Amino acid sequence: MGITRRLAMALTCAAGLMTGVAGMSTSAHAWEPTKPIDFVIMAGAGGGADQIARFIQSVVEKNKLSPRPLVPNNKGGGSGAEALIALKGTSDPDHTILVTLNSFFTTPLRQANLGIDIMTFTPINMMGVDPFVLWVHKDSGITTFEQWLEKVKADNGEYVMGGTGKGQEDSIVIKWMEQNYDLKIKYIPYKGGGAVAKDLAGQQIMASVNNPSEAKGFYESGDVIPLIAFSDERLPNLPDVRTVKELGKDFSYYNQRAVVGAPGMSDDAAAWYRDLFQKVYDSEEWQGYMKSESLEGLPMDAEQQKEYWKTQVARHTELLKALGE
Amino acid sequence: MEILGLLSDGFLLAMQPLNLLLIIVGVTLGLFIGAMPGLGSVNGVAILLPITFLVPPNSAIIFLAAIYYGAMYGGAISSITLGIPGASTAVATTFDGRPLAMKGRASLALVTAAVASFIGGTVSNIFFTAFAPPLASVALSFGNPEIFALMLLAFATFVGLGGDDIPKTIFSICIGLVFAAVGYDEISGAPRLIFFDISGFLHGINFLVLAIGVYGIGEMLWTIDSTRGKITSTEAKFSIKGVTADAKEALQRGWKGTTIGSLIGFFVGILPAAGATPGSLMSYGVAKMLSKNPKDYGQGHPDGVAAPEAANNSASTGSMLPMLTLGIPGSPTTAILLGGMVIWGLTPGPRLFVDQSEFVWGLIGSFYVSNFFALVVNLAFIPVFIWMLRMPFTILAPMIFVLSVVGGYAATRDMHDVWLMLIFGIGAFFLRKLDYPVAPAVLAIVLGPIAEPTLRQSLLLSSGDPMIFLNRPIAGPITVIAVILILLPLFKFGWNKFKKSGGTQPAQQG
Repeated sequence: MGITRRLAMALTCAAGLMTGVAGMSTSAHAWEPTKPIDFVIMAGAGGGADQIARFIQSVVEKNKLSPRPLVPNNKGGGSGAEALIALKGTSDPDHTILVTLNSFFTTPLRQANLGIDIMTFTPINMMGVDPFVLWVHKDSGITTFEQWLEKVKADNGEYVMGGTGKGQEDSIVIKWMEQNYDLKIKYIPYKGGGAVAKDLAGQQIMASVNNPSEAKGFYESGDVIPLIAFSDERLPNLPDVRTVKELGKDFSYYNQRAVVGAPGMSDDAAAWYRDLFQKVYDSEEWQGYMKSESLEGLPMDAEQQKEYWKTQVARHTELLKALGE
Repeated sequence: MEILGLLSDGFLLAMQPLNLLLIIVGVTLGLFIGAMPGLGSVNGVAILLPITFLVPPNSAIIFLAAIYYGAMYGGAISSITLGIPGASTAVATTFDGRPLAMKGRASLALVTAAVASFIGGTVSNIFFTAFAPPLASVALSFGNPEIFALMLLAFATFVGLGGDDIPKTIFSICIGLVFAAVGYDEISGAPRLIFFDISGFLHGINFLVLAIGVYGIGEMLWTIDSTRGKITSTEAKFSIKGVTADAKEALQRGWKGTTIGSLIGFFVGILPAAGATPGSLMSYGVAKMLSKNPKDYGQGHPDGVAAPEAANNSASTGSMLPMLTLGIPGSPTTAILLGGMVIWGLTPGPRLFVDQSEFVWGLIGSFYVSNFFALVVNLAFIPVFIWMLRMPFTILAPMIFVLSVVGGYAATRDMHDVWLMLIFGIGAFFLRKLDYPVAPAVLAIVLGPIAEPTLRQSLLLSSGDPMIFLNRPIAGPITVIAVILILLPLFKFGWNKFKKSGGTQPAQQG
């Protein structure tokens, strides 16, 4: 009897395992989305973050990675404050995820009254980091960073640069240059990177700090010239452009392109999303996109992401303070 | 000659069976998406973007452009039949389209909209084909001071929009500007007028929410109130003969509006930051200003339908120009299209015309074909829309209400906006009772978010010197014209008052 019972148990276990394995092949996790996923974007339609979000959506769609669609939802208001509030207040954290920029760190710092603690958000996946480059128009006659410094100094406060707004990524880099090279720059805030790129091409502004992906079209046509990169290493797509590190300044600055879950997301759901975005990350399409748009990979697990957030918050607190924000 | 060769290649590409099928499906879908209040070309293109991975990039963008076109036609339908703007681009169409429908001339209004749309689209296609690269540099020469000057001009044309009561018009514009200021300030990054941190105000007041509230809910309340429940449905008839007669009449009485709309629409469309909505509103304002009988506007003048409809189609082609030549979106819809191009592996930007010539010319060829099919499909569906109008008001009113609520929600998926829309509707009803014009407020909430940042950016550029609007070669003349246009009616108004108080004859004021 003992034997039969044990046998029965073993059989049940095996059967359980079998179904478990069979189940694994259809769904790897205990959780799966049961309705369309609210894919919130911290920026308006058409910008760099928006393009990345829609690209990710297309990879998911094309490779049929999710049983329910990702529905992009632009909430760019107030440097992404609108998006953070929406995530914090969502009634369904398991179906709400966010594509982030660095405003994920800076906006809660600059607007403490929002009551956003990003450490309560759920880390999902780091899709890459986007470097910054200084650009000028080809008709400016400037071809090197040194010439540029001279020109800015000579203009004595009348040198005009455009960017996406005070406290935004590019303004941090520009402020850093002002402080470290003793420059005075007139900074005009714009609604988005596209508008900045257009006004640089039309010479309404004299220079900009922008991600290579947003300047790509005008760079390839020869309208704009890269002067210096704010990355750790030279960019593979711009091998002749030096970095500020080569000039002896210990500074680099990247825009994070990460996916984050709403606060209070269940562990099972978070695991499912991590798996989904890992598949996206590993896809041929995303790897190709990173390469052509000069994104750098920075893979990390959930714990590492939380650590990264901590260091980024500390760093931005310092940067913003140094900038007099 | 080279252009004609490229264009015929483009035509051949657009006429391939798959592409032709996608065009017909696209314009039909677009027509209905445009006709649904709250859903416009932006939503339509965004929703259908993922589907396009099933076909090659050429066919994909042709499909999306066809939706864009169809939606521009479709927006007019609910504006005319129900009085609810089907899309933000069709708000100006309600001004005269709805009164025409109430007079039983819905078929004339719909035919005028279709014909004007077709002509507007074709005119801008021809401009596009012939002058795309040089016009791109025109778009680039428009910096912030130029765009602000243009916005000033738009406001100037609209001072005349509210009838002769200039103070009430200015009041209405100011209300609109205040609403436009709600939400985050782009320049300083600080929230404004969010009323005790109501999070729904953070993204600002969506223009469509105001427009649907004012024209959907407000109009419904007005109709109920003014007819005291004894509402008979409008006598709308339809026959093939009628359509031909209407088409003739549309051309005779709407040619001026069509011409104005086609030209202004295209020009405003090619400027990044503007797009089809300001283009259609400005065209309406200019058409009214140039008209011999401006008082007929708002009462159901075919020119008042033709101008915005020609303009929004013309502008939609126009906004493709900065997208294709510079890689910069001229409207929210082209921003999504641009994202699509990146996904399909194309680099938008100045090299696109050279590197992807087949793609670009295939798309341009498809503009012509889409425009033609949009006209055909639209005309074919007119009987259906007319039939809708013949429903008794007791059925129509709840339908308008439901559509308005859905439309208010669809724009941002936020219940906050639905409540706001209802409040706007009720507010607009009372404003109308007190004889305040509401159209200028609608204009202000569209143009405010463009005018305000460009004003401040310009002043930052000049360190606070307002002369920047006068001493730049393009901004200068535009500013001067705008100021003259603003002062002109003020002067007239003052003159009339003077005559009234001192004269024996009552001044002719409406």
